[in-house]
Amino acid sequence: MSEHDETRETDAHSGTETTGHEWDGIKELDTPLPRWWLYIFYASIVWSVIYMVFMPAWPALPGLAGETDHTRGLRNHSERANVAEALDELAEMRASGFAALEGASIDEIESNPELLGFVRAAGEAVFGDRCATCHGVGAQGFVGYPNLNDDIWIWGGSYDEIRHTLQVGIRSEHPDTRFSQMPAFGRDELLSRSEIADVSDYVLSLSGVSADAGAVGRGQAIYDVQCASCHMDDGRGDRAQGAPNLTDQNWLYGGSREQIIATIHRGPYGVMPAWEDRLDDATIDALAAYVFLLGGGEDATARPTGQ
Amino acid sequence: MISAQGLKRAGSDPSTAIVLLITVLGAMWSLFAAAYAPDAAMRGQSWLILGGFLTGIFLLVGSIAGGGVVTDEREYNENLIKAGVIASLFWGVAGLLVGVVIAFQLAFPVLNIEAFGFTNFGRLRPLHTSAVIFAFGGNVLIATSFYVVQRTCRTRIAGGIWPWFVFWGYQFFILVAASGYLIGITQGKEYAEPEWYADIWLTLVWVVYLLVFLATLWKRKEPHIYVANWFYLAFIVTIALLHVINNLAMPVSWLGSQSYSLFAGVQDALTQWWYGHNAVGFFLTAGFLGIMYYFIPKRVNRPVYSYRLSIIHFWSLIFIYIWAGPHHLHYTALPEWAQTLGMTFSIMLWMPSWGGMINGLMTLSGAWDKLRTDPVVRMLVMSVAFYGMSTFEGPVMSIRAVNALSHYTDWTIGHVHSGALGWVGFVSFGALYCLVPWLWKRKGMYSKALVDWHFWIATIGILLYITSMWTAGILQGLWWRTYDALGFLEYSFVETVEAMFIPYVIRAVGGVLYLAGALIMVYNVYRTIRSDEVEEDENVIAQPALEPAQ
Repeated sequence: MSEHDETRETDAHSGTETTGHEWDGIKELDTPLPRWWLYIFYASIVWSVIYMVFMPAWPALPGLAGETDHTRGLRNHSERANVAEALDELAEMRASGFAALEGASIDEIESNPELLGFVRAAGEAVFGDRCATCHGVGAQGFVGYPNLNDDIWIWGGSYDEIRHTLQVGIRSEHPDTRFSQMPAFGRDELLSRSEIADVSDYVLSLSGVSADAGAVGRGQAIYDVQCASCHMDDGRGDRAQGAPNLTDQNWLYGGSREQIIATIHRGPYGVMPAWEDRLDDATIDALAAYVFLLGGGEDATARPTGQ
Repeated sequence: MISAQGLKRAGSDPSTAIVLLITVLGAMWSLFAAAYAPDAAMRGQSWLILGGFLTGIFLLVGSIAGGGVVTDEREYNENLIKAGVIASLFWGVAGLLVGVVIAFQLAFPVLNIEAFGFTNFGRLRPLHTSAVIFAFGGNVLIATSFYVVQRTCRTRIAGGIWPWFVFWGYQFFILVAASGYLIGITQGKEYAEPEWYADIWLTLVWVVYLLVFLATLWKRKEPHIYVANWFYLAFIVTIALLHVINNLAMPVSWLGSQSYSLFAGVQDALTQWWYGHNAVGFFLTAGFLGIMYYFIPKRVNRPVYSYRLSIIHFWSLIFIYIWAGPHHLHYTALPEWAQTLGMTFSIMLWMPSWGGMINGLMTLSGAWDKLRTDPVVRMLVMSVAFYGMSTFEGPVMSIRAVNALSHYTDWTIGHVHSGALGWVGFVSFGALYCLVPWLWKRKGMYSKALVDWHFWIATIGILLYITSMWTAGILQGLWWRTYDALGFLEYSFVETVEAMFIPYVIRAVGGVLYLAGALIMVYNVYRTIRSDEVEEDENVIAQPALEPAQ
């Protein structure tokens, strides 16, 4: 510093000397390091060294650190081991519930409050992760994605039927998937624009919506030829073929005249994945029971016509 | 060659010829790419690149016809800085606007319009981050560094045409990168999305930047190098190193837009976050500390608080920062020893970072009254306060147990923005508010009141932004880990997405306020430059010329 001594000056406000340098009018005070700053800096270094002693901190030559490629530290810490342990703990917490669920009928589940609580908790967690994105958090559904709270089932609403649907999916890649396909009457030019409008009016009339009598008449004639084989003569559908009931005022793809015309035009092809290979059997049981218990589950013996 | 004003000009010197050769070669490459590129995106983009090079040739020919660029050693090159100020404001507003759009897209997904796929969130997000960091921040850094290095070395910027090459070459890089994002050209590395050909161009521009800066330091007329220049130099050198290594890749075709990284798997992730974290450390911290070290003492007209602190915190900052990247990869496939390294170095980084804050704030001692009277000082001080806050929050978030809660949540987004909007944004605005009256020789800004409005509106915007993201992030972190008594997750992921709606709306409103502040600034700067009438401001002290007029 000696070479600048003559240019050092004392700052009037702080009483501190400057370094004697100046750049574009900027000078620097020769203030010592703030003590608190320095001590916290040292402390953070000391703490880091201690942490490195206790935790994995050094890559090791092969053979020097056991099975891993680095030191484990005094705590012998391993995040992989921690995760495995946490997963085991979860499995253990769930084990007795799943054991009770295995082979239980839906009546047994409903009559056992403990099992019922378990199914609701397990089912809700899986439903939230796997199903809610399409069916909604409350299973209320959206256009194109069925509401699972109501009594309307396209492929069957008993515990076993729901479980089967979950296993094989709908129009999925599973070889035994639930499958049906409505033709795209408009896009594939099977029906003309006006014919589709007439059929829509007829379909609306099945749900009690009044429409032009002439159109309904013409629509019925087309319906009998094109639609009745799956949706049945009375429009009440056929579960064996996955053909929805058209008389229940419930519309998967929307119930306005425009939406029905669009549906007939394009022939919807909604897909649900098969979960058999993605969830274990116990989880599918819990999920099926959860969906059943949402409110619309049917007795295994119930065979309502159509729907 | 001497111009009409009696200033020495470069004429058609070898440097100009080399720049011309670069643009001609670039134009030829882009013509080949337009004809033979294997992918449609490149065939489309090559026309834009060709247009850029042709514009360059056009400008160069015009410059040579006018006698070449001014190289007179008796004057600072201030036109270069003026161009940088205008480019900074333009890219700042553009980047903030895109940020507001994507904030609304997250709150209202319907704004991702299917028919305009190139405006969807996935395309606009890198456009936003690159525009604010590299286009806005980069232009502020280049402009201020060229200004500060001239002033504190008491010499004209070195290199004749080369600093202009850096300026225009950098704008060209931004255009190529940004248009690429919109048409889907990306190498998928955060903050390093541009593909190989844009990376090579940036490398060229950046090396020239480094050489221009070093050459200016070399011919300085001061015995010592001012601390701001240490930080600028660390920023330029380290960004060159980070950029080159993280972007090592093999193009699929020398005329196509695709490439494959040299690294794979966890090595790729570690290289990326070594780059990504030090982009924060050396671009957004060291570079902007350079701005702070010049503009705060100049504006408050006080000596820098501690020379010793500036030395110690400079060296400790750059030594420690470079190791902290692995904290972005806690609880991943990265070996645990590397995670420990990243975390402990982040903790040790706390005080070196705060050294800058202390030096910035304490420089005001003896001039604290300016906080009341000068909104520009208020902006600069607020930026240092946000710097201190986010450099404390960063080490906290790097602790593994905290990171388990904060990682992958919007807390990270809030943290980034308290640094970006509060520190980087405000220190840049403060520096630009200093520069505009100096460069355009005005006695003040057009309106001091509008500077105050900018300050308050933007501050409220930042507070809305970071508080909503803290809330959102901590809620996400807690809900994602909540198990019920039977061992099942209490909340589904989609429930946590639904719960984000209100915080996302608040965040978007905060962004709108911040953008509004920037627009006020643009208006204020425009009126100042047009010089309708400026308010005389006793805080604006005219900058001396390089050589006193004879």
